[in-house]
Amino acid sequence: MTRRTIGSWAVMTLGVLYFFLPLLATFEFSLRYRRGVYSFEAYRIVLGDPRFHETFLYSTLLALATIVVGVLLVVPTAYWIQLRLPRLRPTVEFITLLPLVIPAIVLVFGYLRIYNSSSILPMTANDRTTDLLLMFSYVTLAMPYMYRAVDAGLRAIDVRTLTEAAQSLGASWGTILLRVILPNVQVAVLSGAFLTFAIVIGEFTMASLLDRPAFGPYLQLIGANRAYEPAALAVITFAITWGCMALIQVLGRRAPGKTAGAH
Amino acid sequence: MGLLEISGLQKKFALSTAVEHFELDVARGEFVSFLGPSGCGKTTTLRMIAGFETPSAGAIRIDGVDITRRPPNRRNVGMVFQSYALFPNMTVADNVGFGLKVAKKPSAEIGPRVQEMLELIKLPALGSRYPYQLSGGQQQRVALARALAIQPKVLLLDEPLSALDAKIRVSLRNEIRAIQRKLGITTIYVTHDQEEALSLSDRIVVMRDGRVEQIGTPFEIYNFPRTGFVASFVGTLSILRGQVVDPGRGAIAIDGQEILASEGLAGARAGEVRSVALRPEIVSLHEPAGSGNRMRGTVEDVDFLGSIVRIRVRFGENAVSLDTFNNPNATPPQPGQAVTVSFPREAVLVLEGPATG
Repeated sequence: MTRRTIGSWAVMTLGVLYFFLPLLATFEFSLRYRRGVYSFEAYRIVLGDPRFHETFLYSTLLALATIVVGVLLVVPTAYWIQLRLPRLRPTVEFITLLPLVIPAIVLVFGYLRIYNSSSILPMTANDRTTDLLLMFSYVTLAMPYMYRAVDAGLRAIDVRTLTEAAQSLGASWGTILLRVILPNVQVAVLSGAFLTFAIVIGEFTMASLLDRPAFGPYLQLIGANRAYEPAALAVITFAITWGCMALIQVLGRRAPGKTAGAH
Repeated sequence: MGLLEISGLQKKFALSTAVEHFELDVARGEFVSFLGPSGCGKTTTLRMIAGFETPSAGAIRIDGVDITRRPPNRRNVGMVFQSYALFPNMTVADNVGFGLKVAKKPSAEIGPRVQEMLELIKLPALGSRYPYQLSGGQQQRVALARALAIQPKVLLLDEPLSALDAKIRVSLRNEIRAIQRKLGITTIYVTHDQEEALSLSDRIVVMRDGRVEQIGTPFEIYNFPRTGFVASFVGTLSILRGQVVDPGRGAIAIDGQEILASEGLAGARAGEVRSVALRPEIVSLHEPAGSGNRMRGTVEDVDFLGSIVRIRVRFGENAVSLDTFNNPNATPPQPGQAVTVSFPREAVLVLEGPATG
């Protein structure tokens, strides 16, 4: 083994220890609910808590709605910019990056100011419209990830020629988007969707300030009042996020048209 | 009246004019090639016929119907692209059947039609493959089948062979021509390859800087180019500049040596500088039979091209290339050697307009 290889392994080992030791420690701590023995008691309590089910279901539904609205907004926009308005790309990229620059707390105060119960559009007047407002705020939060994923997918295919080929075969814009473009950026859209899911499932600020029963505020509540359950919840949340990442990888490998042709 | 009529077509972009005064009538079943160098406007013209570019002026009619402003998906025009443009998410059969599905044809009709098209392109067993599993030549054949499946009134091909290697290009070229003849489909073919245009077309439109230079059959374009550009772009030609001596006799002096042209000097004035062109295969090192032209010069260069030996002979400011068949028993002349070249007066192509450059 050369010195260089040993150095690479040492850096790799340090990196793995840095990332995994805290997680291992958290996992180990989550198993100590019963004195003197390791058990999954904390997990049993968390998974048996009706508030866990309610908040997780609520956040999952909200994440799915966010993904649907995000895809409907981002895919046609990114497609049109690639096809007809490439000069607008820097402007749109800047706009989509804004949610990363503006803190969520600023965004949510902005929403509360514009959409409060005494405004022209009182979206916080009842629970359903507040859910809608929260969903739209998640669309904004997930925009940088969704836009980038879709844009990268569109850049990987020859959007213009595929569009023209479909047009010459009689396809309308709707058919082109649904049957030609979307299937070919499917992996990119799914990547964006899983990233969106991971963001929404743990988001705290917006849900808390809009006073909605989401999973993020539940995590905070448990974390403030219990000892072992927050560690179990942290491990569960990690597992969900990693599950999403693994799905992105699996679907990425399965995508049609990925292998180079025999020219 | 042609099936495809193009009149006064023009395309202007912000800073340039891509196509100007384009006029063309294409008969039903005719194979017409647009030939020219990059940037001559041939692809822009094709894209206007397909509907991907909106003309700044002029009209396009198919079967007498004005389609100038009609969207591309309502023109019934099939298109084959240089980059194949097969849908990567669909199998070969789905690609070929795409246009038929979009047109909401019944499944009972789509299946047999797809199979018929796959047999036409000689790939009947590859329907279930994905585009990435095919070679470039196979992909382009599928693209052709896809464009033909919808039975378009006009088939447009935009440099379809450019991305393929030389051997496949020749075989696919022959296949395209055979399919076109079999189906009798009106075809417009864009290429910058003169050999492709000459071998495939019923007529060729030679373009330069957005304008039509000449329209004619391959025989006319090759043997009787009207301008210096057509002469130099199509085939190998030697262009010589000379001074008109006697337009009545067709006499012109090249570097002080008088030659005779059979036609093309009508209307020219004595003393005027004009260009003439000579094909290398028509010039020989032998003495002329009868009243042919002869010129004395010096061998400048000898290129061995296999079956042909190309010899360049300089007279002064002008030079001419001539081709002789390779003969292992005869040594070709050496550079610096004085020779006499000859050619019939009918072979002297007097180009339009005064010589430039």
